[in-house]
Order: sequence, then C-alpha cells, then structure tokens
Amino acid sequence: MVDVNEKIAIEHGLKSDEYKEICDLLKRTPNITELGIFSAMWNEHCSYKSSRRHLKKLYTKGEQVIQGPGENAGVVDIEDDDAIVFKIESHNHPSFIEPYQGAATGVGGIMRDVFTMGARPIANLNSIHFGSPDNEKTRNLLRGVVKGIGGYGNCIGVPTIAGQTCFDESYNGNILVNAMTLGLVNKNKIFYSKAAGINKPVIYVGSKTGRDGIHGASMASAIFDDKIEEKKPTVQVGDPFTEKLLLEACLELMAGKSIISIQDMGAAGLTSSSIEMASKGDLGIEIDLTKVPCREENMTPYEIMLSESQERMLIVLEEGKENEAKKIFDKWNLDFAVIGKTTNSKNIELFFKNKKVAEIPIDFLAENAPMYDRKWIKTKLPKENKFSKDRFKSLKLSDCLKKVLIDPNIADKEWIWDQYDHTVMGDTIQKPGGNAGVVRVHGTNKAVAASVDSSATYCYAHPLTGGKQVVCESWRNMISVGAKPIAITNCLNFGNPEKEKNMGEFVECVEGIAEASKYLNYPVVSGNVSFYNETKDKGIKPTPSIGGIGLLSNYKKMMTMELKDEGNYLFVIGKTEGHLDQSIFARNILTEFNGPPPEVNLFNEKQNGNSILNLKNKNLIETCHDVSLGGILTAISKMGIKSGKGVKLFPLEGLVNKFEYFFGEDQGRYIIEIKPENLENVENMLKKESIHFDKLGLVEGDKITYENDLKLSIDDIKEGYKKWLKEYMVN
Amino acid sequence: MKSSVIIFPGSNCDRDMDVALKKFGFENQMVWHNDAEIPKSDLIVLPGGFSYGDYLRCGSIAGKSRIIKSVIDFANSGGLVLGICNGFQILTETGLLPGILQQNKYLNFICKNVFVKIKNKENKYFKKIKKEVLELHIAHNEGNYFCSEDELKSIEDNDQIAVTYCDHKGNDDEKNNPNGALKNIAGIFNKDKNILGMMPHPERMIDPFLSGEDGSLFFENLIESL
Repeated sequence: MVDVNEKIAIEHGLKSDEYKEICDLLKRTPNITELGIFSAMWNEHCSYKSSRRHLKKLYTKGEQVIQGPGENAGVVDIEDDDAIVFKIESHNHPSFIEPYQGAATGVGGIMRDVFTMGARPIANLNSIHFGSPDNEKTRNLLRGVVKGIGGYGNCIGVPTIAGQTCFDESYNGNILVNAMTLGLVNKNKIFYSKAAGINKPVIYVGSKTGRDGIHGASMASAIFDDKIEEKKPTVQVGDPFTEKLLLEACLELMAGKSIISIQDMGAAGLTSSSIEMASKGDLGIEIDLTKVPCREENMTPYEIMLSESQERMLIVLEEGKENEAKKIFDKWNLDFAVIGKTTNSKNIELFFKNKKVAEIPIDFLAENAPMYDRKWIKTKLPKENKFSKDRFKSLKLSDCLKKVLIDPNIADKEWIWDQYDHTVMGDTIQKPGGNAGVVRVHGTNKAVAASVDSSATYCYAHPLTGGKQVVCESWRNMISVGAKPIAITNCLNFGNPEKEKNMGEFVECVEGIAEASKYLNYPVVSGNVSFYNETKDKGIKPTPSIGGIGLLSNYKKMMTMELKDEGNYLFVIGKTEGHLDQSIFARNILTEFNGPPPEVNLFNEKQNGNSILNLKNKNLIETCHDVSLGGILTAISKMGIKSGKGVKLFPLEGLVNKFEYFFGEDQGRYIIEIKPENLENVENMLKKESIHFDKLGLVEGDKITYENDLKLSIDDIKEGYKKWLKEYMVN
Repeated sequence: MKSSVIIFPGSNCDRDMDVALKKFGFENQMVWHNDAEIPKSDLIVLPGGFSYGDYLRCGSIAGKSRIIKSVIDFANSGGLVLGICNGFQILTETGLLPGILQQNKYLNFICKNVFVKIKNKENKYFKKIKKEVLELHIAHNEGNYFCSEDELKSIEDNDQIAVTYCDHKGNDDEKNNPNGALKNIAGIFNKDKNILGMMPHPERMIDPFLSGEDGSLFFENLIESL
C-alpha cells in the first residue's frame, strides 16, 4: 500500500492546508483509501465549498415546494396527488474530453437523480454551449454531444422535449453540457436519501463496478491544461439499457414498502452515496467491499470506493425484505448484493477481505468539509452606448433581419432535436422549437411545461442583471405556453472561484437569481454548481442555466407561437425602449460588444406575465411568443416561419428608431395574436391593468412587410434560418 | 378483440402501444419476454424500443428470446403479428419478414413526422382506411430497409410492400426518403399479409394534441377488420 503524504494529497486535488486539516481531524495520517474518500468528499463538486455560503441566499420556499435543494432533486406540487421531481446538472468536463460518453452519462446521471426519488422520468431537456463555430473543435464536439444525449435518452424512452444551444468563443476550451429531467410521482410516495434505523441492510444494485470514472468528481473540480486528453480514462461509460432496467426495477421495488432510503451512485460513486445516506440519518455505515459486484479483477478498496461506474444504486432496506427485493432485481437481470449495514457508530467503516481498511467519522466528510468565503469583486454596470444616427444610415432592415436569423445563436436547431426522440411516451404536446416543451401528465387534463435558458452575454456584462434576466426569461417561457410558472432548477456554470472576478460573477449572478425568483415566487428547488470551467487561464462567461417548469391545469388551453389566422391583430405587450447594448444586433450588425444588458424591471415582468395569463383564461388570445434574443422582428419571423404566414407591420409611433424598436432586447415583452372581435376587449383589459402595449401589425399574406423598408417572403427567410446549422454540420 | 403486447427488456413503446390499443377498443394484455406462452390473442404486437439494448444488432437477441417461439407459431398459424420500429427489426431477425434494417443513410437518429403511401389495402391492416397517404411519425436510428434483388423481386411479385415514404401528395421518390430505405420501403408484409412490420409509429399519432391523428385511422381499421 502507498504511504500517504502531502505530495500525494496534492495530487488528489487537496490543498496543503486541507491535508493538514485531515491529519488533525483524524489525529493520524490517513491511508490511501481514506485519502481518496476525503479528496472525493472535499472537492468542489461534492462539497460546494466555495458556493455553499452564497447558495443560502437563494429563494427556495413557496407553498408549491415539497422538497427544496439538498436532496437528489427538488419536488413541487402540481395539484391533486401529483408532484414533479426535477433537477438540472452539469457534465461539462467529461463532455469536453469525450463528448459522446460525457453527454450520455450526464443524461443518465440526472435521470437517476429523479427516479431515485420514486418518480418516473417524463421529459428530458438540455442546455449545451459550444465554442465559436469557427473553432476547429466545435463541430465534432457538437456532433458527439448531440449523439450522446440522443443515444442515452432515446434508448431509455424518455422524450427530450426542449433545450438550448449557444455558441461563444469563451467556450472554446470548456463546453457546457447541462442535462435536466422531470419525473412524475405521487406526492405521498416520494423516496428520500436519509437513512433511518440501525442494523438495516445496505444493498447495492445495478451494474457492476469497474475502473471507469475514478476521480471523475475531482476532474470536475480542476481546470484544464494541454494534457487534458490524458484524462479520457476518467470519463464514465454509459449503458442506457441497464439504466432502463434499473429504472423499471427500482420503480417496481418502490411500489412496495421495503425501502427506507435510496440514493444513486453519481459523482464520487459509492463514497458519496453511502456517506450522504448515513450523514442525513445521523448514522454510521459499515460496508464489506469484498461483496461489491466488480466487473474487473483485483480491484482495490480505493478503486471500488472511487469508481464512477454508471447505473448503480445504493438502498437501505427494511430488515427481512432482502429476498423480496432480490427477486425483482433478478427478474430484471441486475446485480443485487447486500454489502453492509447501518450502524450507530457515526463512522464509515470499510472492510476488505476480513480486514478493516478505512474508518472515518462521517461528520469529518460531510459537515466538517471545508467552506470558504472566497474573495470576490463586484462588476460595475457598464456605460450605455449612444449610437449616433450615422451608425444606422447605411443599414437596411431586410439585410439586418436576414443576418440576424442566421446568427448561430438564433438559427434553427432542428438538426439537433431531430436526433432526439421527442414523442415517445405519447404525451408530448409541444415539441422542441416552441416557447417551451410541454408534456401531458399521463391520463389527466394537466400538462407540465419546461424550458432551459441562459444568457451568458448579459451575465458577463453585468452579472446581477444577467442573473435576474435569465430567471425572467424562464418565467416568460412558461407564461407564453399558458402555464403558471411553478419553480426552477439552476445549473451554475462558472470559471475559477479562486479568481476574484469569477467568484464575483458567481456571487452576483446568484444574488440576481435569488431576487428575481423571490419576487416572482418562482423558487429554486434543486441544482448544481460547476466551477473551474477554465482552460489555460481562460474562463467561460458566467453561465447560469435556469430550468423552469410550469403547470397547465387544462392542457387543451396550451398556447403555441404559430400565427393562426389572416386578419388577426398582433400586439407587443411590455414597453419597447429599443435597448441595443449586448443585443444580437449590436454584436452582429454594429460589432459593438460593450454596454449594459437590458434592464430588468421585476414589477413589469410580473404584471405583464399575469396579464397574459388573464387574457388567455378569458380566451382572448390566439398565439403568444416571448420576445428575447434578436428582438421583435426576430420573434415575428420565427412565428411566421413556424406557421407559413406573413405579417404586415404598422408604421411606428414614438421616438425610437426602427432598428432599435425591431431589434432591441428590452425585457418583459410578449407578442400576442388577437382576433378582430376581441380587440376592444383586450385593449380595455390591458388599459385597466395599466399594461403597456403597442399595436404591432396584422397577420397577412406570406411576407413580412414594413412600409417601404421591408418586404421579405417567409419562404425566403425560412431558408436561411433553417439551413445554417445543417450546412455547418456537413461542411 | 384481444391483443397482446410483448415487453422485452429495453422495450420503451410498450405503454404507448397499450394506451393506443385500449383507446380503440382492444382488450390488451402485456406479456413478459421470459414467459413461455402468450395468452389467447387476436393480435400480437412487438413494440418499439431497444430490446436487450440492441447492442449487438437491432432485434437480434429478441429474435432468439424465449417468448419469440410462441410468436412465430402464432404467426405461422395465420395470427396477426404487428411489429413497430424495433418490433419490425425483430420480425426481420426471426425471418418472419424478409430483408434487414440498416443504420440510417446519414447515420443520425431521426425523429420527425413523415408521410407514407399505402401500397396494398387487401389486408386487415389497411383495408378500410380511406386515405391513400398517412402522416405518421418515425423515431429510429436503424430504419434503412434493405434486401437482396431476389428477395425484392419476390416481395414485389407478392405485393408485400405495405407502406413507402412519400410526400403529402404520395410521391414516393428518393427526395422523400428519410433514411435511405430501398424503394422507400417503410413497412412490409409477409406473403400471407398477416404479419406487418413498419418503422413509423401509429401509436404516437392518436389524438389532435400529439403529432397528428392519422394513427387513429390505423387502429380504427384494425379493430374493425378483425
């Protein structure tokens, strides 16, 4: 056995004072297995040591919340006895090294988090960020990630209903793969990870343990350098077929009453799952590693404890229920082994070949894990740009629109979602490419909407505003399908927390998220933090991804963004000031990258959203689409492209110039379609509620027209919009 | 009418098929792959999914599973056997249907609505469907139908082509071929037309809020014809 010293501890990603702390706590030098366990539990990924103190600021309450952060996933009430279990998680580092397996196991991991709680997964989503399309790695990474997400989700048979894909050079060396899953559970039958009672059998089920993924969690807590390719063996390999069996077997076992607690083996495998269960139950745990089903020969205790082999679960059962449980796992051809028991020692004790190979008080690993108050700096609000008239002089609306629609961050992503099974389970009523994905709650009149959003450009320019904005955007996605926004999950992707600027971005984004979600009563119920998205000193833009869910109590009232009928009116709800700084237009057309993001006014946001739902409940609107990236004209174009219908825009009133009006990215706005007979009613209602609105135009013909400045056929803009990604991927 | 849906480990359209069959009046039961016998049925369905993970070749292990002997016996005695997607792949693996399903031409999984043209209505699966072209949904990675020239000749001579990929007007040319399938074949029969394998999923198109409703026409006809 290797003798442990400071050098070895540092190779395990521990800092030298952390190593000293470990020796002090134990009052001795740890052996190699114990050191491995400490390094796994104390790394950033598992311990949240840089983020914990700030995550406490998040708003996590609200009467709809059944379970907030701290469990495998969050749980919210969706009326009757139904609840939705959901969470988003990152798998960034492995996906850059091995895109297919990295992305696939990301999907597998998040689904396990959800069905561990007793829920059947009903929808998957993802948010993926890549480097500049010109970067030589981007194409292959994108292809691999999409295949990996599809390969796993399609096989399991859970529809991938929505997602988001962004390109920015800040991800050249660190792509982001964030996977989200929603599951449906009876709210009285939720399973938790907290163990209870002593001498209860600890059961290992699922795949066998191999040497894959050892130290995966440590890798996710490190920055990248030139030798990153060498880490390929630390990427886990996914087996969706086994996961499907595990899912069915677990749900079958959960139908009975034999489970006390259950936890999937995710990051840091058997180590973190066993310690979390014991820690939450204030118990000890004893495991005989000789009994762990292994795939490879001569695996050491160190390897068994740190393996991140996929598709495994740890269960604490009621005594005497072993045979009943084993029968189910036998039926599904999965390994089942009683590997230990709960104890009252409050220690984790590991045995191997009849010898004790590790003993650590659980408190040292969980509660006593380091927590840092890292230094951080505030980002000042950048100065607004004053664009002179000259900047717009030579521009034509039609040219600008065409260019914006083929911006990689706007262009159609059909190439991606065509590779995801989005209709399996027979309840997908809004497919990818809309405001949000929507699935029915099987066998009921209800439906759940879900989307994922991020706005790294805004967050980079001003993290506090960006944090608020991305929550609001998620909220708007829910409103625009007619769903009542319920709760969010967040995946916080940032650079190196040891750098004050990056840490500041994190802190202020979290504060922004907290403020907006509290104001909108749109609480955060789950999530994860991914730091160290940095390669050779270059970090990513701060990228919190927000996964939101909303409830439609009658799915037949769902709204879509397709224009419906000729002669209907289009309104813009919310005020358009023409904010161009940080917009697609500013970056792509004016090549201006500075300035503040659009201001977020939470009061207006809430008022505008609620008024849309009111109008919808009174059946006064036909179509709704939120206005986001690319502004009004981009939104109108997408609505036109989806339906094949044109729009005649009315002459502008007011002082805002047409470029600012049509491409500005002011917040809190929606476009709605209204039948002529409802016009007066809608206007009166909006006026009564003091909601700002503009009459934008009419659904008309097959072209988008604006006075003499713009006349483009829908077919014409559709071609470029639909083609960009497909052509990029074949070239 | 009684139907049975076989569940293989890795099947994932079994529930969807169960829902669809029941919606149109079948008394459906689910049958586990490791059972030896199938309860008395008027129709057996092999659903979509990834049976046994499909790591070897799609449908190959299911084609050798315990239950499959009963399916073959049932089919050979004239019983109706419907294989959708992975079920189609399994039927070719058992030899009940000719040909094979290769990986899609552009090597990507494809999930989208497609149109298929009904090529033969003199059978229980399509007899009373009035439309000539149906809008259905595909979701597969291996749907690229292929067979030898001799087999193709025999398939054509016996009118075994059930449905072909086409556009909304029924043009089943190369332009409207999503996966590279030979002759745009989306589904075929055996010689006696009691066995049908097809890649599109009618069970995903059974109410107006889903991708479409043409799947309803398929099931309505099926229960009427039986």
